[in-house]
Amino acid sequence: MTGAELYALTGIALFVIGLHGLIRYAHLMRKILALNVTGAGVFLVVAALAERGQDGTPDPVPQALVITGIVVAVAATGLALVLMLRVASATGRAELPDPRSE
Amino acid sequence: MTGADGTPLIVAALLLPLAGAAIAFAMPRTTRWVGIATAVVLLAVVVMLCGAVGAGGELSHAVGGWGAPLGIALRVDGLSAAMLLTTAAVSLAVAAYGRSYFRDESAGPAGFTPLSMLLIAGLNALFVSGDLFNVYVTLEVLGLSAAALVARAGTPEALTGAMRYLLVTVAASLVYLLGVALLYHLTGTLDIRLVGARLESGAAAWSAVGLIGAAMLLKSAVFPLHFWLPPAHANAPAPVSALLSALVVKASLYVLLRVWLDVLPAARADFGAVVGALGCAAVLWGSTQALRQDQLKLLVAYSTVAQVGYLFIPFAFTSAAAAGTAWRGAVYLVLCHALAKTAMFMSVGNIQLFGGDRIGELDRVVQRLPLTMAAFAVAGITVAGLPPSGGFVAKWLILEAAVQEGRWFVSAVVLVGGLLASIYVFRVIGPAFTKGAQPRQPRRVPNAMEWVAFAVALATVLLGFFGMPLLELIDAGAPFGNALEPER
Amino acid sequence: MSDAHAAAGALAARALLWIVLAGAGAMLATAVLSLPEDGLGLADETLADLGRTGVEHPVTAVLMNYRAYDTLLEMAVLFLALVGVWSMAEARPRPTAPPGLVLQFLTQLLVPFLILFAGYLLWAGAHEPGGAFQAGAVLAAAGVLVTLSGAQLPSVPRALHRSLLLLGLVTFAAAGVAVQLGGGAFLEFPPSAAKALILAIEAAAGISIGLGLVAIFEGGRPSEPESAPR
Repeated sequence: MTGAELYALTGIALFVIGLHGLIRYAHLMRKILALNVTGAGVFLVVAALAERGQDGTPDPVPQALVITGIVVAVAATGLALVLMLRVASATGRAELPDPRSE
Repeated sequence: MTGADGTPLIVAALLLPLAGAAIAFAMPRTTRWVGIATAVVLLAVVVMLCGAVGAGGELSHAVGGWGAPLGIALRVDGLSAAMLLTTAAVSLAVAAYGRSYFRDESAGPAGFTPLSMLLIAGLNALFVSGDLFNVYVTLEVLGLSAAALVARAGTPEALTGAMRYLLVTVAASLVYLLGVALLYHLTGTLDIRLVGARLESGAAAWSAVGLIGAAMLLKSAVFPLHFWLPPAHANAPAPVSALLSALVVKASLYVLLRVWLDVLPAARADFGAVVGALGCAAVLWGSTQALRQDQLKLLVAYSTVAQVGYLFIPFAFTSAAAAGTAWRGAVYLVLCHALAKTAMFMSVGNIQLFGGDRIGELDRVVQRLPLTMAAFAVAGITVAGLPPSGGFVAKWLILEAAVQEGRWFVSAVVLVGGLLASIYVFRVIGPAFTKGAQPRQPRRVPNAMEWVAFAVALATVLLGFFGMPLLELIDAGAPFGNALEPER
Repeated sequence: MSDAHAAAGALAARALLWIVLAGAGAMLATAVLSLPEDGLGLADETLADLGRTGVEHPVTAVLMNYRAYDTLLEMAVLFLALVGVWSMAEARPRPTAPPGLVLQFLTQLLVPFLILFAGYLLWAGAHEPGGAFQAGAVLAAAGVLVTLSGAQLPSVPRALHRSLLLLGLVTFAAAGVAVQLGGGAFLEFPPSAAKALILAIEAAAGISIGLGLVAIFEGGRPSEPESAPR
């Protein structure tokens, strides 16, 4: 296994762990953090696989995609955190109600 | 006609809504007219673009002059043009309605107008994009703006609905992005068509397509992944519900369809059968849930779950001829359903403003808001797929394809879905004629809001008469060309 | 349903979740390992045309030229997040208590350096790692430090603040349209002018990104009412 593959597999693991946290935990802060773990996993896969160039030159395109992806993730996280605060002040809890009870 | 004629129009369709959002943000006092002015100009631009596509076939533009694989290609074929036209028509209606609906809004520079303009910019950018990563960015524009718009209602239910929607849509975007990453490392390109030309089947290819498919089914709220839709669509402000139900859920259908047509020409049958079955289940489940709702907006939201189901049925067809017929019907249904749902959510918004949004509370609304109830009824004809509406033409095409392939179960689902829709529409119209349990003091509904709802509903009927030119437009550039038999 | 039943149900749901996710993870790991060894990619193509992009660093060339359109939309996403945050809430009040000695000292020490460093990153992006987003993020760090320390910032008129928040997006789009009006494609920077155009766009974008991130950090729209009536 090459180093790039090891990083990519770590990225897959982060992706899965993040999705687990997103589904499993009720608190919105944990959900938002889990979403960021998921994102970090995806970005790690993209960046790690860029290292497998023919003659050792990393591919700049995936690296640029990761930078764009990170900016988008920052924007989404900022929006989600503010929305979380609004939910918490409107309902008294930073959690989502059980959809089955709605 | 060469691409040079249409290219400025493509860029204009991208940048106009961005410019509208920027103006509304920089100069909040212009909000009252900037949304509607932008929408009018956008509609004109898109109509010209449709004319160019209809006359000359697909238009394309290499942004930055690089072209694929290094640069990003924009492409507008008949499918894209139909989606752009739907977006422009709905955004004009919503801008006109929102102008009255949000007239007391106090958010200053950051209200409904800039957010809805950004949403429209994201939709237009998606519908012209030929690049998988570029599509990811546009999906994020859509998801974030839609969530922020749902939260405009400010109620606890709307805020939790918006939060759930935001988490779902961002997570789905990341799942999509992982699929795109795998495709890039398999094919060395992000251009949708080049990926399709270079992709060979294998574990990584199937994983990538599975990730993209799952993400888009989740974003389109296809049964059983619809859990987030009713709370978000039903609690949003009425014009926002219209945007979401009419346009946003179709955006992810569009992505799936593009990947389907351009990336996956081989070995589609298994995947298509699953998606088609989910579509059928969504029609039945969404319709029955709509029948059970007492709250009007939830009824309309569940109706969206059902109608979106129709759009996924054509994935099931295997013969080229039937698939081509069904897809033209489905894309036509996108347009009809978009206008019908816009009219329905606007009518319900009027009824809500008037007082009460439960079926039991409809107290002789027909006499008091005749235009609104007429709009609901006429839009209901399209949703139920009854003649002479556009919805009838669209569902007829899907039905024709099902019969052609001898898929009797699918045919039955199409018919039963229409029947159930007629019933849930009538469940609303019936009580509107009668005296409610508690008589209520009506509040005034601005005339503009009634007229806009009615005009949009009327447009859905007119669509039934303009079926042929629209179906020709959808065929321009042969988006379903590889699904159609050559002699057709 | 009894508590024991509910607990068992929750346990089963948790186990099912792990099984599904572990299966998905195993499938994805297989997929990653099955990717072709000699990576296909665009490394060679990126380098082949680097001389015409106006920058020497390949990642910046992708961001600001080959795929500049993505970056333009990324600016739109950032602007959108800001509008979304402003639409949802008013900014939290600034801390009124005097900051601790450490924070005050660090702020005074770091902020000038951060601003200087942001400028350096912007310039360096053309030939080594750096660029508008990195510069904007560092600028935002300076702004966040100032906000946390409760220091009084020079008051900027509202309209000017909003214009600066839009500066990056507007400059980017305007440059793209200008080169198209000049006969090229949208965002097709002529090689002779590319360096200057990209630097101008990056400078504008860096300012907007920095201010935008600070505004998002503040958690809402500025709290005082608009000076002029709506």
